[in-house]
Amino acid sequence: MTETILRQLDVFLADPTGLHTYLVVSALLFVLGLIACMARRNAIGILIGIELILNAAILNFMVFWHFRGGQATDSTLAGPMMGIFLIVLAACEAAIALAVLLNLYFNFGTVEVDSIRRMKR
Amino acid sequence: MSILAIAILILCLPVAMFGVLALFHNRIPRHGDFLAILTLGACLLFSTILFFKAFFSDGSTAVWGFGAVGWLAARAGNALSSGILVDNLTAAMLVVVTLISFLVHLFSVKYMEGDVRYGRYYCGLLFFTASMVGVVLASDLLWLYMSWELVGLSSYILIGHWYEKKSASDAAIKAFITTRIGDVGMLIGLLICYWKVGSLQYADLFAAVQTGGLAGGWHTIAGLGIFFGAMGKSAQFPLHVWLPDAMEGPTPVSALIHAATMVAAGVYLTARMLPFFDSTTLVFIAYIGGFTALFAATIAVVQDDIKKVLAYSTVSQLGYMVLGLGVGGYVSGMFHLTTHAFFKAGLFLGSGAVIYAMHHEQSMSRYGGLRRKMPVTTVCYLLATLALVGFPGFSGFWSKDAILADSLAYAMLHPIHAFLPIAGFVTVFLTAFYMFRQFFLTFTGKPRDSHAYEHAREAPWQMLVPLIVLGALAVVGGGFGGWFGAMNPKRGGEEQVDAIVRSGYVSTWTSRLSLSSVSTLSTESTPSTSEHGESAHGPEVEALHKAHYIAMGLSTILGLSGIGFGALFYFERRNGRALFDPARVAARFAPIHRLLWNKYYLDEIYMLCFVMSFRGIAWLAAWFDRLVIDSIVNFFGLLGVAGSWIVEIFDRYVVDGLGVNGAARVTALLGEGLSFSETGRVRQYIVSMVTGLLVAAGACAFAYFAF
Repeated sequence: MTETILRQLDVFLADPTGLHTYLVVSALLFVLGLIACMARRNAIGILIGIELILNAAILNFMVFWHFRGGQATDSTLAGPMMGIFLIVLAACEAAIALAVLLNLYFNFGTVEVDSIRRMKR
Repeated sequence: MSILAIAILILCLPVAMFGVLALFHNRIPRHGDFLAILTLGACLLFSTILFFKAFFSDGSTAVWGFGAVGWLAARAGNALSSGILVDNLTAAMLVVVTLISFLVHLFSVKYMEGDVRYGRYYCGLLFFTASMVGVVLASDLLWLYMSWELVGLSSYILIGHWYEKKSASDAAIKAFITTRIGDVGMLIGLLICYWKVGSLQYADLFAAVQTGGLAGGWHTIAGLGIFFGAMGKSAQFPLHVWLPDAMEGPTPVSALIHAATMVAAGVYLTARMLPFFDSTTLVFIAYIGGFTALFAATIAVVQDDIKKVLAYSTVSQLGYMVLGLGVGGYVSGMFHLTTHAFFKAGLFLGSGAVIYAMHHEQSMSRYGGLRRKMPVTTVCYLLATLALVGFPGFSGFWSKDAILADSLAYAMLHPIHAFLPIAGFVTVFLTAFYMFRQFFLTFTGKPRDSHAYEHAREAPWQMLVPLIVLGALAVVGGGFGGWFGAMNPKRGGEEQVDAIVRSGYVSTWTSRLSLSSVSTLSTESTPSTSEHGESAHGPEVEALHKAHYIAMGLSTILGLSGIGFGALFYFERRNGRALFDPARVAARFAPIHRLLWNKYYLDEIYMLCFVMSFRGIAWLAAWFDRLVIDSIVNFFGLLGVAGSWIVEIFDRYVVDGLGVNGAARVTALLGEGLSFSETGRVRQYIVSMVTGLLVAAGACAFAYFAF
């Protein structure tokens, strides 16, 4: 374990603005989002965790695009386009999720996911 | 109109009217009987036209119209053709059939009045007439055979008209089956003809016989087979048993079918095929005819039922015709057929009038003295009786005399066949005796059933008109004889048919035509005189001339003595008793009387030989069926039951238990077991999802690095 962390550090120090750094940041973002989803009781917290996971994915798209030779003059702009799609997707998702949460609140008087278990018999 | 068109019209009119009446007789007033009578009237008119067209034109052409239709080709290159043949024989038969049929239709209006199946009865009559016209018009054996069977069917329908009566339905079945037995022989003959000749046209068959295309044993068998069919229809000796029973049908039907026309179909067929038969067959035909004539006449002597006497008389007279044909007397046989049709139809219709007047009482022992109540019927009946007896000058005299002369001449040339004329002459005596026995018992003396006698009255005009017409024809029918000359098939080829037709002199035609037919036979039976020239005629001419006068004299004497004997036994004098008491004579000869009364026990013998043996075979077959076949069947049935039981077990426990219900139960159990994981906590789901993801990723990484 220690050996692995040290090897990562070596790689970071050798090229601090390289691909590897961005991927680590993206992984950290993903894990943070995941932990938020798992740990938060409030549905809004879970929603924020999901947004973090999505942002990690967007960052991955952009980074891979850039470090695989992507230029702003490219005719396709695959990475940024995918990022913009995901942002729009995240916005839609947030809108719908908030609407669901609003209805949950109206019906149950709470957004604590653990107390909303009526489907379980 | 051409002759062919008229012929087709005569055939189609009754068919069409039969169809109309069969479908609609319930909606037509009086069940459409007037339509049937009108149809038959038209047929009679057309037949008469045809008759005169055929006879008073160039007599040298025997075949008038001929239409052949391509038919089924049973064998390659040998398509069966069928068609209409109109020659003098056909024309004469058509007149006989349509005339008798017309009169019977008219007669039936009163006789069948109020019958429950009045419309069906007229349908049957029309159907019969159409079939009979079909028989007569056929130009080949195939069509003839089909019409022949239709005639048998209509006979079955009409005999069984009152089928509620057991005896009537039995008689219908008996008639049908007995004639069918004959028809099997006919079918065999037909098949042999088709096999050997490749055609069933009369002309082809005659040509094949003349050129030797059909000869030897097959020729004899084919001829015998065809004649066997004629024996069935014309009630000749071994197959005659159905005709007396057929009297269960309505009396007009008996007159039409079982006296005048259908039973004459066999004689017609024999006459039509006469050039076809070889000498063996002809001798066989002659003996069957002669024996039947004598045999049936003896039975008729003791019968009590008025119709049974006439039935046996019909069998006897048909025997005469067959005898005449068998000895080669083509013309005399057909002549007797015609005259017999007239006077026997007259007798049957007369007996119908009597039965109608006596409220359907048929036993002569309850009649008597009806002459005072029904004078017109009596006169007509007497005329027909005299014709049947062969009283000089009446029609039957000429025709019967012709047959007797032919048979006598034949026996003079071939003394070994002396039985034939002897049977004929004895039958003349017996005929005269039983006919006058019947006449005296019915019309003279004192009434033996005074109650029925009081209610008896003269028949209505619908009955009297046919009676008078037929009575008149019974007297003058002999005059038609001259025309029958033109019916000769002319195998000799040198007859002066025209001269005979126009001579009109009865004795001349008799001698000359019978002469030609005897010569026809003799040239066939003695191949040494194969040429058909005048020289071959020498002995036959003499024999026939001699035979003619002997026959005329002898038959007159025998007939008159028969009448005399009848009068001695049955004519009641002023003291109310006959000169001799028939009962005492019957008692004196009790065994013979019993034998005759029981019709030689033939029905019983047939019952014993055929019906019982068939029943025995049927019983054996039934026993075998029940014991062996059924047990085999039951064994396999049980096998099936056991098999299905095993299949059921398998189905219940394996298919249902393991398969269907098992799968369902496993699913249910899994659902039950896994439902604990469904906590409803979202976060828990996420944890398990991530755990699963990590496990899957770990497994992939492990696989990647390890291998």
